[in-house]
Amino acid sequence: MTIPVRPETDRKIDELLTRFPMKGSALLPALYVVQEEKGHVSDESMEYVASKIGVSPAFVAGVVSFYTMFHRRPVGRHHIQVCRTLPCALSGADDLMAHLKTRLGMKDGETRADGKFSLASVECLGACDRAPFLQINDREHGPVDAAKMDEILKGLE
Amino acid sequence: MAFEPILTRNVRKPGSETIDIYMEAGGYQGLRRALKEFTPEKLVEEVKASGLRGRGGAGFSTGMKWGFLPKTKDKPRYLCVNADESEPGTFKDRLLIEKDPHLVLEGIILSAYAIESSLAFFYIRGEFHQGCRTFEKAVQEAYAKGYLGRNILGSGFNLDIIIYRGAGAYICGEETALLESLEGKRGYPRIKPPFPAIVGLYGCPTIINNVETLANVTLIAERGAAWFASIGRPPKNTGPKLFCLSGHVKRPGVFEAPLGVPFLELLNEYAGGMKHPERPLKAAVPGGSSMKILPAAKCDVLMDFDSLAAAGTSLGSAGGFVMDTGTCIVRALHNVARFYAHESCGQCTPCREGTGWLVKILTRLERGDGRPEDVDLLAGIAGKIEGNTVCPFGEAIAWPVESYVRVFKDEFEEHARRKACPMRAAAAR
Repeated sequence: MTIPVRPETDRKIDELLTRFPMKGSALLPALYVVQEEKGHVSDESMEYVASKIGVSPAFVAGVVSFYTMFHRRPVGRHHIQVCRTLPCALSGADDLMAHLKTRLGMKDGETRADGKFSLASVECLGACDRAPFLQINDREHGPVDAAKMDEILKGLE
Repeated sequence: MAFEPILTRNVRKPGSETIDIYMEAGGYQGLRRALKEFTPEKLVEEVKASGLRGRGGAGFSTGMKWGFLPKTKDKPRYLCVNADESEPGTFKDRLLIEKDPHLVLEGIILSAYAIESSLAFFYIRGEFHQGCRTFEKAVQEAYAKGYLGRNILGSGFNLDIIIYRGAGAYICGEETALLESLEGKRGYPRIKPPFPAIVGLYGCPTIINNVETLANVTLIAERGAAWFASIGRPPKNTGPKLFCLSGHVKRPGVFEAPLGVPFLELLNEYAGGMKHPERPLKAAVPGGSSMKILPAAKCDVLMDFDSLAAAGTSLGSAGGFVMDTGTCIVRALHNVARFYAHESCGQCTPCREGTGWLVKILTRLERGDGRPEDVDLLAGIAGKIEGNTVCPFGEAIAWPVESYVRVFKDEFEEHARRKACPMRAAAAR
């Protein structure tokens, strides 16, 4: 099988294989490493990671599908995740989501055709003191009202 | 006597996450002292004597948990730090990880020494990007100063730490699901017994402790068990505690107070009272969304493990949130049920299927398609999930459903009878 990742990604995974008392523990970190390079976890990537760890592709697929942070399809360059759980909902999360949908012309769960944005409502992000709260890639924003949201979006233009 | 914040003594200082600021405030002195003065057994005794109970949700005695490790030492022992803070309403561990990581790290080193482990895992929820970066840096700083690695402070004690990122699964906060995840699997909770202290990570004896619990171990090493046990409501509810409060409050946040602080003091003094003065308190959940709800009339409670148990709810993760009189309880419960339906790992049928049914029924009640029998149906389903699952996730959804429906039964019945949400109708007027 040809290696479907960059040599440095392959090396990073080799290093992960020696980090843990048992090799299997390298699976989640290896999936993160692949996703960082590719933006998502494809079938081909799962087969590759499976062969590195020494488990079946089906086992890897089972793990990937269990965790929400592994993306099976490409997400936008700006992946917007809006918390919808109760403390955020009590503080206007629904209004924030509605505003985002209108502003971006997108539905919940969609990736825009130009690949710039993806929008997803997610469960509790553990920042209820900053409700309504959202994450864009690995950056955190909260509390966010409509005006603040527009300002954030402007910064992404 | 005014209470002096101690878990949060550093968090507001600029650069609080750096080892220099931490050490300026006396950090790592407890470790230095413990490695010199305490054998591991003595440190376990000290933690037992402090009365420290786990801050993750179950409130089990930390010293006693450590005591369950087998006496034989033919296998490696592991310490796993549960930094998978995911219970809705809870954001206290995040504060410690981001703003005072060394307080946590010192507690990890002390606890690993106590349980004679030379490898610790820090399992942090994947969404905590900033927390993970901060903690990685803290670990590097601690290695550079000789607080981690080989022969720590000349004591002969070795400890390495591995940071492991979760990947978005509430269930991995359950300790055996966390172990499965650490082994690179789906986070399916394990059947207990055997308990992790006997058969844990990689089949080896393992202790899993919450972030705030470990921060408290630092304080115990620094100031002693007697000091710790004098705070709060001794003998069973001792020590300082981080309380989260969010929802309809003026100043949501993490507040430090002794265990046993009155809930109304947290709400009115620490959090500044209700957000909209014209809409008073309707209900509060004191311990995170899986705990039972209290109506406003019953909120005159003390915030500790045993007082809240006596009041028919639990301290849980101390992730409290409040709702004002403008809140539709059916809608609130729909939100909670949707969370648990999304996060159910799917291993046990009552939870996997039951959570979906609950969402379906609550959706139709809120939409105006409810049926008269729906109210009893909700309670019935909750009762059939509770006690019939491998892990406490079953209770985590059964308790809110049972309590919301019991306490606000008329509101649920009104939804079914009027075939509409009365609150929404009022808002539309």
